[in-house]
Amino acid sequence: MRRVDPAEARAAVAGALLAIVPDADVESLGDDTPFRGELDLDSLDFLTFVETVCARTGVRIDEADYPRLTTVASCVAFLSEP
Amino acid sequence: MSDFTMPSLGADMDQGTLLEWLVSPGDRVHKGDPVAVVDTSKAAIEVEVFEDGVVGELLVPPGTTVQVGTPLARIDATGSGMSTPAASPAAPAPSVAVPRPPRSSVRATPLARRLADELGVDIDRLGRPGGLPVRAEDVRAAAQRPPSDQPAVEQRPTEPPSAVATRHDSMRATIAARMSRANRDIPHYFLSSDVDLGPAMRWLREHNLPLPVAERVVPAALLLRASALAAAATPELNGFWVDDGFVPGDGVHLAVATSLRGGGLLAPVLHDADHLSVDALMAALRDLVTRARTGRLRAAELSDPTLTVTNLGDQGADSVHGVIYPPQVALVGFGRVADRPWAVEGLLGVRPSTTVTLAADHRATDGFTGSRFLALVDHHLQHPEDL
Repeated sequence: MRRVDPAEARAAVAGALLAIVPDADVESLGDDTPFRGELDLDSLDFLTFVETVCARTGVRIDEADYPRLTTVASCVAFLSEP
Repeated sequence: MSDFTMPSLGADMDQGTLLEWLVSPGDRVHKGDPVAVVDTSKAAIEVEVFEDGVVGELLVPPGTTVQVGTPLARIDATGSGMSTPAASPAAPAPSVAVPRPPRSSVRATPLARRLADELGVDIDRLGRPGGLPVRAEDVRAAAQRPPSDQPAVEQRPTEPPSAVATRHDSMRATIAARMSRANRDIPHYFLSSDVDLGPAMRWLREHNLPLPVAERVVPAALLLRASALAAAATPELNGFWVDDGFVPGDGVHLAVATSLRGGGLLAPVLHDADHLSVDALMAALRDLVTRARTGRLRAAELSDPTLTVTNLGDQGADSVHGVIYPPQVALVGFGRVADRPWAVEGLLGVRPSTTVTLAADHRATDGFTGSRFLALVDHHLQHPEDL
C-alpha cells in the first residue's frame, strides 16, 4: 500500500486543513491537538479533509482509519508508516 | 417587458445590496439562471430570474442598497421562446448603459469582492495567473501585507474592522429579531427520544466501504433522510402557521441549520428531501453546506423551507432544544452521535446513539403528534436499508 514520507504527509495535512479553514493558523496548531474540535470541523468538513489528503498523497484512507486521523502527528504517522 | 426586482430572501429581509451583475444588457436568460449577486445581512446570494427573456436595461449599479421590490433590471419576455432571430435583433438595446464598475476588470468571486470592499483592498491589483478568479484568501492575504506592499491607489475610506463588525452585528441582529419573535409568539413544546444508531452506523459502514471518499455518506444524511420521511407522514408538523391557522407545506423542504465560520447561521434548503435517495441527499447536502460557507448560495436554495433540522454533529452537545423558525411550526434537533450504554433484552451493551428532539408549535399540534413524529424517525433509523 502506498505511503509517503513524513514531510510530504505533513504538507498534505496542513494544505487540506487550510483548504477548509483558510484563516486557520496551522503552524501554531499543536502536533498533538485534536484538530476537529480546535478548527470546528463538522463531518462534512472532515470528509473534505480526507478527500483532499487522499488526492494529495495517493494514500488510500478507509472509514476504519478515521479514528487515526485526529491530530497532525497521528495523521503524519498514519500516512507515512511503512 | 417586465421588471426583475430585489427579492425577499426570507421574511426578515426588507432591503438588500446589489453586489454584482452576472449578465449584461442583451443577454438571453432562462428561468432559473442566476443574474445577480445580492448581499443580505446573512450572505452573498445568487439571485435567479423567474422567466425566460432578454436582459434589458440594468437599473441599479453594483454597490447600491435598495428596498425589497425595487426594480433592478428590465427583462424583455417577448424576446424569449420561439421568436426568430430577426424578431429580436438588438431590440432590447439598453437606452441607458449602466457603467460596469471599474473593479470588474478582474474576475473575482462575490465573497472576494465583498471582502475587498470591507478590507479596503484594490481587487484590480490581485489578478491571478491564467485569468483565474480572485479568491477570498487572496484578498485576505493582500489585506495583511504592509501598506508599502500595497499599490498606492486611492484607498476607500473604509475602516476594515468596523465594516466587518457591522456585517457580523447585522447577522446577529437578524437572528436576534427572528428568535425573539419566535419565543414571544410561539408556544413551544419540547419532546426528546434516545435513538439506537447501531443498525444505521453498521449499514453506513458497509455502504461506504466500496465507495471513494467523495461519495461516502455521513450519518447526518441518514438522520435528515429519516426526518424527511417522518415529516412526510406527519404533515401537521411540516408547514406554516399563518393568520391564526396551519397551512401544510407543498412538499418536504428541509432547512439544514448550518453554522458559518466566524459565527452566524444559514439554513439552506433541501427541497423535496423525502424524494431524495440517501446518496442523492448526501450529494445535495454536501453541495449546499459547502456553498453556504463560501457565499455562493442561490436564492431558491434559501426559500420555502417547511421544517428545519439542526444537527450538532459529533463535536456537539448531547441534545438541542431548539427555537422554531417562524412561520414554521417545528424544529428537529439531533445531538452528538456517540457510544453510550444501552439496555438490550435485559443486558447492558454499548451502542452508538443520539438524542433526537422536537420543538413544536402548540398552536398547530399537541405532544401526541410530536411523539408520533419522533417514533417514526426512530423506526426509519432502525431500518436503514429501507431509507
